[in-house]
Amino acid sequence: MELIDYDSQIPNNVALASDERLKRALEQWHPGYLNWWNQMGPNGFADSEVYLRTATGVDPKGWAQFQYVKMPEYRWGIFLAPGDPERRIGFGEHIGEPVWQEVPGEYRAMLRRLLVVQGDTEPASVEQQRHLGATAPSLYDLRNLFQVNVEEGRHLWAMVYLLQRYFGRDGREEAEALLHRRSGDEDRPRMLGAFNEDTPDWLSFFMFTFFTDRDGKYQLEALAQSGFDPLARTTRFMLTEEAHHMFVGESGIGRVIDATLATMKAAGIEDPYDVDRIRTLGVIDLPTLQRYLNFHFSVSLDLFGAEGSSNAANAFASGLKGRFNEHKITDDHRLVGATYPVLRLQGGAIVARDEPALTVLNARLRDDYANDCANGVKRWNKAIEKSGIQFQLTLPHLGFHRRVGEFQSQPIDPAGNVVTDRTFDQVTVSHLPNATDRAFINSLMQPVYEPGNYARWIAAPKVAIDNKPGDFEFVRLHA
Amino acid sequence: MITSTGLIRQHLIDPEVCIRCNTCEETCPIGAITHNDDNYVVDPAICASCGDCLGPCPTGAIDSWRIVTTPHSIDDQLGWELLPEDTGEIFESVPEGDDEARALLEVAHQGAPRAVAPKSATVPHLNVATRHSPITATVMGNYRITDPQSESDVHHLVLDLGGHAFPILEGQSVGVLPPSSPDTMRPVLRLYSVSSPRDGERPGHNNLALTVKRVMNNGRGQPGLASNYLCDLVKGDQVALVGPFGDTFLMPTDPASNLIMICTGTGSAPFRAMTEFHRRHLPSGPGKLLLFFGARTRSELPYFGPLMKLDRTLIDIELCLSREDELPVRHVQDGLRERAVEVTELLGHDATHLYLCGVKGMEESVRDVLAESIPDWPAREVQLLQEGRLHIETY
Repeated sequence: MELIDYDSQIPNNVALASDERLKRALEQWHPGYLNWWNQMGPNGFADSEVYLRTATGVDPKGWAQFQYVKMPEYRWGIFLAPGDPERRIGFGEHIGEPVWQEVPGEYRAMLRRLLVVQGDTEPASVEQQRHLGATAPSLYDLRNLFQVNVEEGRHLWAMVYLLQRYFGRDGREEAEALLHRRSGDEDRPRMLGAFNEDTPDWLSFFMFTFFTDRDGKYQLEALAQSGFDPLARTTRFMLTEEAHHMFVGESGIGRVIDATLATMKAAGIEDPYDVDRIRTLGVIDLPTLQRYLNFHFSVSLDLFGAEGSSNAANAFASGLKGRFNEHKITDDHRLVGATYPVLRLQGGAIVARDEPALTVLNARLRDDYANDCANGVKRWNKAIEKSGIQFQLTLPHLGFHRRVGEFQSQPIDPAGNVVTDRTFDQVTVSHLPNATDRAFINSLMQPVYEPGNYARWIAAPKVAIDNKPGDFEFVRLHA
Repeated sequence: MITSTGLIRQHLIDPEVCIRCNTCEETCPIGAITHNDDNYVVDPAICASCGDCLGPCPTGAIDSWRIVTTPHSIDDQLGWELLPEDTGEIFESVPEGDDEARALLEVAHQGAPRAVAPKSATVPHLNVATRHSPITATVMGNYRITDPQSESDVHHLVLDLGGHAFPILEGQSVGVLPPSSPDTMRPVLRLYSVSSPRDGERPGHNNLALTVKRVMNNGRGQPGLASNYLCDLVKGDQVALVGPFGDTFLMPTDPASNLIMICTGTGSAPFRAMTEFHRRHLPSGPGKLLLFFGARTRSELPYFGPLMKLDRTLIDIELCLSREDELPVRHVQDGLRERAVEVTELLGHDATHLYLCGVKGMEESVRDVLAESIPDWPAREVQLLQEGRLHIETY
């Protein structure tokens, strides 16, 4: 069995080296993890030196250490945000009681389930992105992909730490199972649908990090409110890393838009729907971007689950999972008698209906998420507006192309109109990426590995990482 | 409205780059960051430039600064789509207004005026604490690290930074402000290279180490003010620090880099930091560390004991002792000459960086040896400086 050098290999602030029981559990799990990483982590770059940010502590000094690292030697760490000995449960039936440092017996199963679902998403995205290194549009983007990958790996560690530290044998079994499921595998798929979708190209990757990782932000923030203090502190720290992933998505799409606009202007093309000409120039037309956006937004909405959920209600009532920014909300934090407006299908139309707030927490979290997405889209639109090209990206309606919840398989168009099934088939074709789109995007996916060079379809970043110039050798391919 | 009578350095967030992730607002310990639907902004009336928000920002948007006479108000910032025109780049090697620190560094860097930082060096934070708002560190230990019988009294000080964010990189200096005395016309500032790596003398404890030589004669027949002050401190005493300073004499973080380090006396401080960084963080890196360390005797050589305990696979050490009875006289340039073939070969690789730190006197001697071994040395020197591979800090 491989022994782990806890001080150097796994930076942590949970006194790992002195916790014999946990050490034994991790020593059993760690070889399996490395094996999983080697099988399912980034394909073909194990020997490359990547300019990665590593967290070695939760204080501002230890947060972001930049240096060249080979990914298999990345220092996966276990970090809990600083604790507050006075912290009290902020919502639910136990509001005002001191937070739990150990798992409350009556909520053990529910808490374990929350951890496993969250944990399962982390390795899934690494698996989904496994092949993208072969087609990166620049070394800068390649480095960002790998940064996302290693941090998703670290987030898996974070959840596995909680499972092993607090859930005994059950936790160890769940931790093991996290290594055995595989994204998209028919026999042992990942637990949530969006994490079994393909991420075949870089446009999908940017959409994924913008939309799907943003779901992570909302789920993690809601868990950061938890009365189970180790979970709250773990997810609080994970949120700071998740922010970088969303940056990769938002700036990635922004740069795609910049490249398209600049190329269109240079060629004197004003019509955004002059798709053939635009594509000939090797950049991504805005209507195709809109179709990718429609797909990834709708798939990510499914991650919030059904609007009404007794699981979510129970997790809130028991103090395990709060609302987004629960501590900033000014209500009774118990939702006694409170209602929340939820979109429902009623008589062939979509209407907002007030329902008991406790039972529709998922809908509320999803609404917060959708508003956040809308703000990002607004910023992309500013760039388009500034160029003078007449086009605006929009988020599709919450009911469009859904596989989970109220609008599951309902024929709703992106504007929120309930249409006939026949019309909807046409809607689907014109509003989701089609085979031609995917083939075109795929044709653009050629690697660009010269420092300072960027694929034609994406602009250089305004600010690179760690204040480095754009031509910095972010990945040393032949180390 | 906030007004100011002098130049101030205002912390701003670039709205074009920011993704509004809220991490900065979450991190700021004093509530200086706020937002509306469009922008995240820093309140100039509250921000203390502690730097806590810089590391967690995923985008670099937070690392934006402007020199202004009247700070941009929160309301203005909330309405921005772009940062205003830059009227002065902040990342200077010395903070604006601190002429003494600038002068000290200019003297130290005379040997390499056009040096640039190594390409893979981490971008340093500068001027986190100023004379107007120094941070207070607490002495955790003060140890003499040369033999008590020797003439050279060199101390290793460990300073606890408490709750202050004071990010330091290997090769950077801090300024020490000794208490004013009736003899001093104005507050004195002295720079000391930090001898601990970026994660501190003891990782996770937010501290740093200095290597200080007690100066008995400052050239005017008086004892050195700052060095004696520091060497006499005892555990629990408090010290005012400013800085950090220095944005070129930094180490590459590329594990393939070779470091040739040449020093005398307390010039070893930055190399102790760099070596320790390697030991802790790049143990499997293929890069070589080669140290030429000059002193008169073993007993006057700072950190002699710990240095000898370092694993020879980590660092190749060439001690050059000039007054050790049983040994021939040997200065750093002699050691360098003996290994000139190896040094020349190493310098032929792009990954090799050469550092000099210590007394000014050795600078020319070292150059002479390099010129003997490398035919086109003057041109090579310029090239190495431009490539961020030659770094000289002498005093």
